[in-house]
Amino acid sequence: MTTRDTTVAAGSDRTRPDGPTRAGRSRRSARRRRVPLRTRIARDWQLLAMVTPGFLILLVFSYLPILGNVIAFQDYNPYLGDNPLQAFARSNWIGFGQFQLLFEDSAFWEAFRNTLAITAFQLVFFFPLPIFLAIMLHNLLSSRWRGFVQTVVYLPHFFSWVLVVSFFVAMLGGAGLLAQTMREAGMQPWNVMTNPDTFIILVTAEAVWKDVGWGTIVFLAALSTIDTSLYEAAAADGAGRWRRLWHITLPGLRPVIVLLLILRLGDALSVGFEQFLLQRDAVGRQAAEVLDTFVYHFSIATGNYGYGAAAGLFKAAIGLGLILAANRVAHLLGERGIYSK
Amino acid sequence: MTETVALRARAGRDRRPIWEEPPTRIGQGFKAAFLALLVLSVLFPLWVILVTSLSSRETLAEAGGIVVIPRGIDTSAYETIFAGGAVTRALWISTLVTVIGSALALTVTVLAAYGLSQPRSVGYRWLLIYFLVPFLVYPPLVPKYLVVTGLGLKDTIWALILPPAISVFNLVVVRGFFQAIPQELMDSARVDGASHFRTLAQIVLPLSRAVIAVVGLFYAVSYWNVWFDALLFIDRNDMYPIQRVLQSYLLAGQAPHTSGGSTGVSMPPTEAIKMAVVVLTVAPIVAVYPFIQRHFIKGVLIGAVKG
Repeated sequence: MTTRDTTVAAGSDRTRPDGPTRAGRSRRSARRRRVPLRTRIARDWQLLAMVTPGFLILLVFSYLPILGNVIAFQDYNPYLGDNPLQAFARSNWIGFGQFQLLFEDSAFWEAFRNTLAITAFQLVFFFPLPIFLAIMLHNLLSSRWRGFVQTVVYLPHFFSWVLVVSFFVAMLGGAGLLAQTMREAGMQPWNVMTNPDTFIILVTAEAVWKDVGWGTIVFLAALSTIDTSLYEAAAADGAGRWRRLWHITLPGLRPVIVLLLILRLGDALSVGFEQFLLQRDAVGRQAAEVLDTFVYHFSIATGNYGYGAAAGLFKAAIGLGLILAANRVAHLLGERGIYSK
Repeated sequence: MTETVALRARAGRDRRPIWEEPPTRIGQGFKAAFLALLVLSVLFPLWVILVTSLSSRETLAEAGGIVVIPRGIDTSAYETIFAGGAVTRALWISTLVTVIGSALALTVTVLAAYGLSQPRSVGYRWLLIYFLVPFLVYPPLVPKYLVVTGLGLKDTIWALILPPAISVFNLVVVRGFFQAIPQELMDSARVDGASHFRTLAQIVLPLSRAVIAVVGLFYAVSYWNVWFDALLFIDRNDMYPIQRVLQSYLLAGQAPHTSGGSTGVSMPPTEAIKMAVVVLTVAPIVAVYPFIQRHFIKGVLIGAVKG
């Protein structure tokens, strides 16, 4: 218990070096808020000007689309006007009609099931790997080797999904290295890239290859904040390396693990969109259709905008609910969670 | 505590502390094997693709499509590509998008990060919430598509550049870094009569090279990697960015019914060209990344842990 407390305190010290002074300052300013708004704007106009470009971009490309979700309640017809706004104004409002159709659509539920299955699978077979790797890297004695391994395993994070899938095709595809070697050895080559039964393993392998290294960064940072004297004291008391791992390292990582779990749960309905879209045709809809690709295929690809918007809105609503719920659970367990302020 | 960490990092890092028991053979062997496998899984495909792209028609045919052991260097695949055509044009488009996009996105992000780093400023709390909400609520696909097309951005590079020109994650990272700079430094510049813009340019930015490099890399990579936005917004194939071309070469040809043995003896040199396109798509990332990588821990984490 004490272990965790120290690390949390250490962590917050590290991340917010001037926390107390800042808080004090803003409290004082709250008490003094007698300065009229116009004076304050005149004083801070430069700061406001700096914020403006970002403000506008978010307004147009984030907030406007979020408001645009209302077309989920319309029978939106793009041909009713010269531009989307006009078409929007002229389209009929149909309430929850799109949602009704959606909930009766077996393809939608199939995509829903696929998404949840893949999330669950990756939670078990992907999520623990960066923790494992981070601990291993942290315990690597030679800093030179550690740096080398880190450099190499971070790299695939920066590859696009098109590249990652291309790599896998070149290695494991029907004309790839594996099939080629198997043919030479006189065996029947198998093509994992087009096999729907093993697709869930394939996508997880791709995700691991791309991001397992990158995922260690946050855990490595947390590991470096664990006080080494704790290990020393434990060793002096006769705790072996596995007991130190269990009683010091893992509790020290707990806040970060919980935080990432919350974020992952909040994103439970999003599994690598581009990754699936790229491979959907090769593997087939049954295995590779997830909610995001469903939204794409049943809206923009087919022109049925209202329907796709309804599916997207449904997904977003559940996602928001999930993240709030997960954060709530984290608070109940005594963790910091995401927005604790 | 920081002292112990620093000490360990400087002197003791490469030596085992006295209290730690020496590692077992099995443990060490397992660790070495695991890490070697991991490193190889990244480097080996890169090697194979590079070698295949540089192989002659004969070498390709002999190996059966993918070459592991090089036999001479044949640059004809690259010559074909750079003779002009879809790939060259796509590389230009991608370079343009990446350069303009990252410059714009960095400017927007740095300005917003500084503007949001002064807790006493007017509207601070509201603006902060405004900027953070898109982190939890993603812009939905269909309305976003309608907005971008409605603005007439379709088939222009601006459809790829403008929508992602501020990433809230990067904003949080940069802002976290700015806030870690001692406030007294900025205050003293302000007292001496410097405007906020001047403080940002002359005090804050010179101290923030690491975070600028890292966030710049993030933006550049995301612009270079843009694929889905191009699928949505770019219909003219002479406007395709490189990822879109790569996909049509490597993956669209990979139909579900490519039965195993169809690519047997008469291997067309298209295999070398395909792999050359992969190499050209990877090259900029592999070239820039090592210089920026050392900043990762220092630059990214201050913001990332804070969330």
